[in-house]
Order: sequence, then structure tokens, then C-alpha cells
Amino acid sequence: MRLKPRLFILTLAAILSLVSAAAGERGSDGQLKMLYWQAPSILNPFLSGGTKDIHAASLVLEPLARYDEQGGMVPALVVEIPTVENGGVSTDFLSITWRLRDDVVWSDGSPFTAADVAFTAAYCMDPEGGCSAASRFQDVKAVEAVDSHTVRITFKVPMPFPYVPFVGSVSPVIQEKQFEACTGARAPACAEQNFGPVGTGPFKVTEFRPNDIVLYELNDRYRDPNQPAFSSVLLKGGGDAVSAARAVLKTGEFDYAWNLQVEPEILAAMATAGRGEVVSAFGSMVERLVVQLTNPDPALDDKRSTYQDGANPHPFLSDAAVRRALSMAIDREILVAAGYGPAGRVTCSVLPAPAVYASTVNDWCKIQDIAGANKLLDDAGWVRGRDDIRAKDGVRLSILYQTSTNSVRQGTQALIKQMWREIGVETELKNINASVFFGGDPSSPDTYQKFYADIQMYTNSFDGTDPQNYMQGWICDEIPGPENQWLGQNIPRYCDAAYDELARSLSKTAGTEQRAVIAREMNDRLVGHGALIPLVHRGEVAARALSLGGVRHNAWDATVWNIQEWHRLK
Amino acid sequence: MTDAVSVLGSQHRSLARDVWHQFWRHKGALGGAAVFILIAVAVLFGSMTHGVDPQYLDYKAKNQGMSLAHPMGTDNLGRDMFARVLAGGRLSLAVGVAAMALSLSLGSGVGVLAGFFQRLDGPLMRLTDLFLALPVLPLLLVSIMLFRDPLRSVLGPEVGLFVLIVAVIGITSWMQTARIVRGEVLAVKQREFVLAARSVGTRPHRIIVRHVLPNALSPITVSATLGIAQAIITESALSFLGLGFPSDFPTWGRLLYDGVPFLGLTPARVVWPGLAISLTVLSINYMGDGLRDAMDPRMRRR
Amino acid sequence: MLRYAARRLLFSIPTLLVISFIVFALLDLAPNDPTAQLPLTIPPETRQAIRENLGLGQPFHVRYLRWLTQFMVHEPLNLAERMWGVEIGNSEERLRVRSWSTRAPVVDLIATRLPQTLTVVGVSYLVAVLLAVPVGVFSAYRQYSIFDHVGTFVTTVGFSVPTFFTGTVLIVVFSATLGWLPSIYDTTHQVTDFDSFVYQVRQMVMPVMVLGLYNAAQLSRFTRSAVLDNLNQEYVRTARAKGLTEPVVILVHVLRNSLIPVVTVIALGLPSTFAGAIITEQIFRINGVGQLLIGAIESADIPTVQTVTFIFAVLIVVFNLLADLLYGVLDPRIRYD
Repeated sequence: MRLKPRLFILTLAAILSLVSAAAGERGSDGQLKMLYWQAPSILNPFLSGGTKDIHAASLVLEPLARYDEQGGMVPALVVEIPTVENGGVSTDFLSITWRLRDDVVWSDGSPFTAADVAFTAAYCMDPEGGCSAASRFQDVKAVEAVDSHTVRITFKVPMPFPYVPFVGSVSPVIQEKQFEACTGARAPACAEQNFGPVGTGPFKVTEFRPNDIVLYELNDRYRDPNQPAFSSVLLKGGGDAVSAARAVLKTGEFDYAWNLQVEPEILAAMATAGRGEVVSAFGSMVERLVVQLTNPDPALDDKRSTYQDGANPHPFLSDAAVRRALSMAIDREILVAAGYGPAGRVTCSVLPAPAVYASTVNDWCKIQDIAGANKLLDDAGWVRGRDDIRAKDGVRLSILYQTSTNSVRQGTQALIKQMWREIGVETELKNINASVFFGGDPSSPDTYQKFYADIQMYTNSFDGTDPQNYMQGWICDEIPGPENQWLGQNIPRYCDAAYDELARSLSKTAGTEQRAVIAREMNDRLVGHGALIPLVHRGEVAARALSLGGVRHNAWDATVWNIQEWHRLK
Repeated sequence: MTDAVSVLGSQHRSLARDVWHQFWRHKGALGGAAVFILIAVAVLFGSMTHGVDPQYLDYKAKNQGMSLAHPMGTDNLGRDMFARVLAGGRLSLAVGVAAMALSLSLGSGVGVLAGFFQRLDGPLMRLTDLFLALPVLPLLLVSIMLFRDPLRSVLGPEVGLFVLIVAVIGITSWMQTARIVRGEVLAVKQREFVLAARSVGTRPHRIIVRHVLPNALSPITVSATLGIAQAIITESALSFLGLGFPSDFPTWGRLLYDGVPFLGLTPARVVWPGLAISLTVLSINYMGDGLRDAMDPRMRRR
Repeated sequence: MLRYAARRLLFSIPTLLVISFIVFALLDLAPNDPTAQLPLTIPPETRQAIRENLGLGQPFHVRYLRWLTQFMVHEPLNLAERMWGVEIGNSEERLRVRSWSTRAPVVDLIATRLPQTLTVVGVSYLVAVLLAVPVGVFSAYRQYSIFDHVGTFVTTVGFSVPTFFTGTVLIVVFSATLGWLPSIYDTTHQVTDFDSFVYQVRQMVMPVMVLGLYNAAQLSRFTRSAVLDNLNQEYVRTARAKGLTEPVVILVHVLRNSLIPVVTVIALGLPSTFAGAIITEQIFRINGVGQLLIGAIESADIPTVQTVTFIFAVLIVVFNLLADLLYGVLDPRIRYD
């Protein structure tokens, strides 16, 4: 009997909230104020590639299909997702056919057709254009308009996972009419188009000041007559993450702030003000240690950190026992609690999501085991010297550990240094400005590709939900070195014929379940070998005002992917 | 301080004794010196009595307020703030004093030469313009790229970076001193006593040492006191950009910077390093005042 | 005097050319990369294509000469066209210095940034001067009085505490706790009536206070020491002996002479009002020229950094010249020949 009134109230509340959501009228909720401390610098995502620019453009430009917060594909500008079953994807995986919605118009009133899609592909595939989404089109042979509302994409090689071009806000559709004079080398000069693209999305740009603000107003030609609820959006940029969090959680000046990598206790303290809440979503980002498997000794000169077909091994990290001991000695729970809080989870896999790909084989690493690590090193012949640092045959376990400059990363470095001290490993820390560390300047010694250190730490992830390209980054051919201008993605210089074989079979296998089996095995080999030491599965953190409804925080696509559904809670 | 005086003293015994006496009769200078010596002794020998490793992380004791075990509380990784402030002081004071000395000698050298010798004025002042116009951040990036590894292998990570950072701060901060000193020298040069000294054929370097420098001393001491503070702060900006000392070598500026986000949580993290910087600068300031007064030939005669 | 000024102006042209070369070369050597901020999901080959699209593949001297003509010839022509509304040559074909991250002409970016920088940083500089000179003079005049001690203490603290700290403290107190002032500067705000003026004042109070305190601290130290120097000169004693009143002695004789070094410091600090106050702009999100520069450095937007630093260099050279000329005006003993 006591349950009943509560149930009644809950039902009533649910009905009321449904009513208020359904009654949401277009443009009835005033202005939405968003804060991006990394400010958008251009609204043409093909000319930038920066996440902030992609988010800012996604209010205006839409892809054919996008990912929801579970990583599932949902149609945006198309009627349905093509599959082999419904005939949209050819059985040889060489083509995919998208059927466009016929009720979509651009915000200037002209109809949205298949020609726009074909034009966008040509725009991005132009070799002189410097398109940042070019890798999405690398296997595309042709994009043709079959009729005004049907697009067929054909591939050079079979694509068991063909949902690459035009899926997700990284590769949206731009208007042919607006951009036809801006292809190839002329693309950068079209400032007007790049600053105010015409789109099909819920908003259109009214004012853009690069790296400062974007002002949007609602697109009254948007396909859903009841959306969006906000009549305008102000997107302000600049400042730092802590003050961005403060403006939403504490002072309530803004409704939404994105990318708040801040120590968890600071966010928790701000959230007690009761104006907003911290939301996080987990995609494929993993903070990891990358182990140098080749010798980075400066004395080697131009052979430093190069693979040399295995003839240049690292003096001590080539020992599997050392790599394993380093991983065992780390208490990942503490790393999460100190630097990430709700935005991080302990992980022992470099491929922790989507769930079907997540492997548990290496989960021994989840629990710190100092005694085990010490025993492993003892058995391998690494004995503690007078200074308590282990050595064998005159080689001391002394590690140079580098990462980019960032307060959370420096905290993690300090914690790991101390944990390794307990197993007799000495660590020297080094941090490098991110614009140098992640830059590809071949003349700089401090880039992560050159890896002139023993251990380095950063986060990597992959676009969308399919890990094929990501996992192929660790094949032998991807090892960076002077001969390929240090452009490879296999940063640890890991080379394993069995792994390469798995990578080849992954690119030929269809079916999520079968692909997942292979991807999991690749992950297990990589982590089991110790070339990569996964630390934290990182989430994307944002803050929203409690009065802001409809936010479905998404790590697989732009977090503002469903901004047309956002509304003010009464 | 003693060094500075004894250098002068080797030439003029009576002047040195005079300055010495004046300095110690100056109440502000005395107070300043006392505080400065106290700070210096604390950061140099404090770790002997406190005995906590500034790098030791006691994660369970994170974000603590002031207590007997941790007189200044702990940071968000459980490091003892008192030990870190002491360790940071050693590095900050060393950087501040060394960079100030470098920038001061460069600045007053250039300023005196430019002001005194008209032929050098144009080129030297254009050089000053050039240095003023140099973009500091890219300059830092370039010099760190070029010199970090060589210095690290020759002098070790800490000393190598120390030399590099002091050099960079010194080389990018002498220009204002040079301009001020030059202006002062230009004015002093026209005074009667300099003209008189010249007319009797005194050699230029004697005029500079005996007449021009003592008269230009007051802007130089002001530059010096501001210079220490500026060097300490510049160093913190460098750490913030990832160009300074590695994160496990704390400095006052860096402690302050790291503490700012925790302002609402553990205010002790900003209060102590901030207080340390301010007190140091304040004490140097008062000492500079006293020294200036003591060096002033007119005040000495009184 | 005029001949001196003309000669100096002429002399500054080669100086600026040398500076432009050094600035360009330095930034070219610097190890940052424009694709560093892109997500790691973008493969290396695409990054290489982006770099080539930005013109990074060309040799150094080609890029330097192109930048020089774009900045020294094309931009002044554009400016002239806009000011007088005439068409000089084919302005459509004229290449402009374009930023890498926004792909827009750098000069246009600076133009959108200047208003907020000049209002906030300019006002704060004015406040600093108006505050520092009287404080400096009075604390020198009453050396070792209570006023002097308090003044010395406040200015030292103001100088030795970095702006990232004072700014954050003000925001925490006045925005987060008391809720009196906005913590984020609205660059789109326009002053049209009294209410909007009040809002403009409210959003300017904190940044102006932070910058003003910092600048005033330095300036008042210099003023104080300059005045102290002059107070002990013979001419002051002579003036007093002549029976002149104290205000006349101080305000006419001492101030005029002590202002000579102070004017240099003020004039030398002025270019920084155009370049913005990087940290303060960042904290309050004023997004002026300083924020443009720091953002460009972080994202390795080399053309923007080159252009902004070079404009800054031009201003420094010009204001140095002005300071020197002012010297001559204020101090008749200095002869330029």
C-alpha cells in the first residue's frame, strides 16, 4: 500500500515531463549559452579537423548518418541505414547506396540533393585541398548521384565496414552551390564560405569571430517543425578548463561547457553549488604508456629510436619481464582517483569500447602487485644495487618518461615515478609543450613520433565505432623512421608477424561478431607483449546547467549531436 | 651584498666603510636584510629539520589542511607543501638572483656604454630595440629545442635546465634596464662634476666607475629588485608552458600556478608560495632602498 | 631636433627589416607544428597533405619574401583602398597574409580584436599611470612615512603576485561568491544607452583592476626612486632657499626632472597595450590581440604569430623613438646632434 502513492507521483512526473517535452515549441526557449575554452577557429570541418571546429560546425552541417550515445548508427539526412539485408550494401562490399530524405532543404531554401553529396566527396578528395577528413575517402573510388535522392559510393577494395564517408560529424555534407568556386587550392581563400557555411542543421550562423564567439539563430527551414527549442545559440571560446567549469557549475553564467579535463576534486567542489552537473561519456580514448622497444641512446645518432629490422633493441625494455613488471607495479585505481574521477576507468586494454570489442584477457593488471613485480625482476636477474636501483650486466633500470604538458598528466607522472621506485626502477620525468610533442616537425627531437625517451604517455582513440584502422596502426610497416619522415603510427616500434596476419584478416572479415574476435585477439597480443601499457579508459567530460534538458552526452560523435532536442527545463 | 661592497672597497676603502655604515643604520634595510637572510636560511637548511621528501606522495593524505605533520598542508597528490615550499625556494631564489644578475650586468653595461659613448649609442640602442621586439615564446621554444639535450648530457637534467632558464630569462629581460640606465647616464653626463672630470683629462672608465655609476645606481637597484621578482614570475610562466623545470622540481612560481585551481579547496596551496614570493621581493626591495640611500654621495656626507 | 628625428626614422627602416628577418627565421626554426592540435585519429599522411596545403613545403627564402611583400606592400594598399575607397590595381588578385588555423587574413583578425584590447588594456594603463605617479611622488616626498610604507608594501605585493593569481582570486570573490560582476567578458556587447554602459563598466572592472594594479606597482616604484633622486639635488635646496612654496618646488621643479626616466618607462610600456595583456585576456576571456597571439602560438599558426609580433616590433621601435624625443623636450640639457 505504501508503494502506491509514490508510484503514482512517479508516473505523474513522467507524464508531465513527456508533455512538456512534446509541447516544446520551435524557438520558445530563448538563448542557449555554451562555453568552449578551446575556441572554434573555422566552421568548415574539412579545413580544420580540430574537434572544437567540428562541434561548432555540427550545429549547421549534418552528415548522412550519425552515432548515438551508445555508438549505434542513426539516420540523419537519409531514410535508413543501408545494410546487406536491405540491399543498400553490395554483397562484395564494394559499394554502398544511401537513399536521401526528400523533405530536407538547405537553410537558404534550395533543395538538398544527391549532387551536394557527390560534390562534397569531390571537394574533400581533391589532392590540393588539404582536406582533414581525406582518410575517410582514401578507399573511395567514386561517389555518384544515381538520381536526385540516391547516392552510390564505390570502393577500391572490399569494405566489410563501409560506413566511413559521410558518417559522423567529421565528414558532413556541404552545399555545392556555396562551395563550387572553393575547390582544391582555392579552398582556404573562401573565408566567407568557411566562416558561414549554409547547412541543413537546426541552426544557422549569424556571426562568427574566429577563436572568440559564434552566434547562431534557429534555421526556420529545419525539417522538424517543433525543433529546435532554442531560438539562438551563443558559443563563447577562450580561457581555461577550470574557469569554464566554474561558469557553468558555480556562477551559472553559461548552460554548457565542453572538455573539462580538471582534477576531479575541483569539479566535485564546484558541483556542490547545485547549479549544474558534470556529465561524462566513454568512447575509445585510452591514456596509455608507450614502451620504447628500440634503443633511444643519443650516441646512436641517426640510428636513435629506429627499428633497423630488430637489430637495435632497447637495452632493458626489450626484456618482457621488465615491461610486465612496470605494468604490474602501477596502481591504476589511484591514477583514476587523482586525475580523472568519474571521467576515467581502470583499463587493461587499448580497445575497451564498444563493448563487443572489450577484452578481459589482460585484466591481471587491474590490481597492483608490487611483490609480484619485484619477484619477476629478481627472477629475471635484475638485482638491486647500492642505490636501490636494479641493474643487470651494467645496465641500470633508469627510465626517461615523457609526456605533454598538462597538470593531470604531470600528476600521473609523479604517481607512477613513485610506484616504480618501489620495484627499484629510477625515473626521470620530462614534459613537452603539446604543440611540439604532437607536432610532426621532422627537425624537432621532442615529437612523440621520434620518441627519444624510454616511456611516453598520451591518449589515443579512433573515429566512429570501427577499430580496423586503429588496430592496423601497430603493424611492422607502420614503424616510424627517417625513411618515412617519421610518419608511421606504430610508435612503440612493435613488430610481430602474427599480429600483421591478424590485421590482414581483419580487413577481409565481415560481421561485427567475427571482426570483434580478431580485434580482441590483436589487443591481447599487443598488451600481453607489453608494447603498450594501458592506464585509464578516459571519458569526455562536460558540464551542463541543471536547467538544460535533452543533453545526451555522446563520445562517439560530436557531444552536441542532438542539439535540436535540447531545451530549457521549466 | 658583502661581495658587492668589497668589490668597490678594493678601490676605495673609505667609501666602502661609509656605505656599510649607512646601510646598517637604515632601519628598512636592516629589516629587509633580516627577513631575506631568514628566508635564505630557511630554504637552505630547513629541509634538515623538517626532513620530509618534497617528492614523496602520500596519496591517502591528499588535500589536507595545516597540521603538525604537514605545517602547510598537502597537495592533491599528498605531497607535503612545507617541504615543497622549501625546495621550491632554493630553486626560485637561485633562478631569481642569477637571472637578475645576468640581466642587470647586461643591461647596465649596454646602458652605460650607449649613454657615455655617443658613437655606440645608435647601434646599441637599435640592438636593444631588436631584443625588445623579439618574440619571447618562440625564442624559448627554439633555444630549448637546440640546447636542452646538449646541456642535459653535459650538466645533468637539473643544472642543465637551470643554466638554460637563467640564460633565457636574463637575455630577454635586460632591455628596460639598459634604456633607463642610458637615460640616467645621458643626464649625469651633462652635470658639472662630470664635465669637470672630463676637462682635467680623467680616463672614461674612471669617470664611469667613480662618477656615472654611483649616480645611476638608484634606477639600477630598482631594476634589480623588480628583476628578481620578474625572474621568479617568468620562471613560473615557463613551467606553465612546459618549458621550465620538470614537474618533480617545484619552484615557488610553479607551486602558485598549480595551486590556483585549488583556491576554493585548499587555500594554503596558494597562500604560502604567494607569501614567500611577496616577502622575498619586499625584503629585497627594502635592502635596495637602503643600499641606494647609502650609496648616494650627498646623503653620505650628511 | 627635427633632423635627429628624421635620421632616427630613416635608421629604423633597416632595423625593422632585420627584426622582420629574425622574427620570421626564429618562428620558422621553432619546432611547433600546425597539425599538432588535431586529434590523433587523423593519419600522418593526411597531416602531411595539410602541411603542404599551408605552403610549408616551399624553401625558406621564398616564404620570407612572399610574407614580406604581402605584409609590407599588399596590406598597406588594402588599407589605403578601404580608407579612401579607391581601387589601386587589381585588389582581388592581391595575396594577403592568411592565418593557418582560421584561413582568414591576419590583418582582419587583428582588426576584430583591437577594440576590446584597446578599451580594456588601454583603460587599465591609464588607471595605472594616474594612480602610480601621485603615489610615487608622495611616497618619495614623505619617505619612510606610514603612507610610504603602506604604498611600498601594496605595490610590491601587486608586482610580485602574478596576474593569473589576482585575476582568479577576484573572480572567485566577486563572481563566484558574491555574484556582483560577470566573470566572462562579452565581446559582442555594444554600448547604446546608460544601462549597457553600466554593464560595460561592470565587465571591465576586474580586468582593469588586475592589470592596473600590476602596472601601477612597477610605475610607482620607478616614480618614487626618480623623485627621491631629485629631492636631494642642489637645485631643490636652491629653490627652497629662494623661498618658493613646497608645492611649486615639488610639482614644478622636482616633478619635471624626475619625470624624465618615468616617461621612458611609460612610453616603453605603451606598445604592450596594443599587444594586449596575454594572461589577463585569457583569464577573463576578453579575446583581444594578446589572446590571438597566445592561441596562435599554441596552435602553431605561424603567419599570425609572425604578423602580430612584427606589428608589435614596429610599435616598440616607434615608441622608443617617441620616448627619446620626449627626453629632449623634457630635459633641455640633452642635445641631439
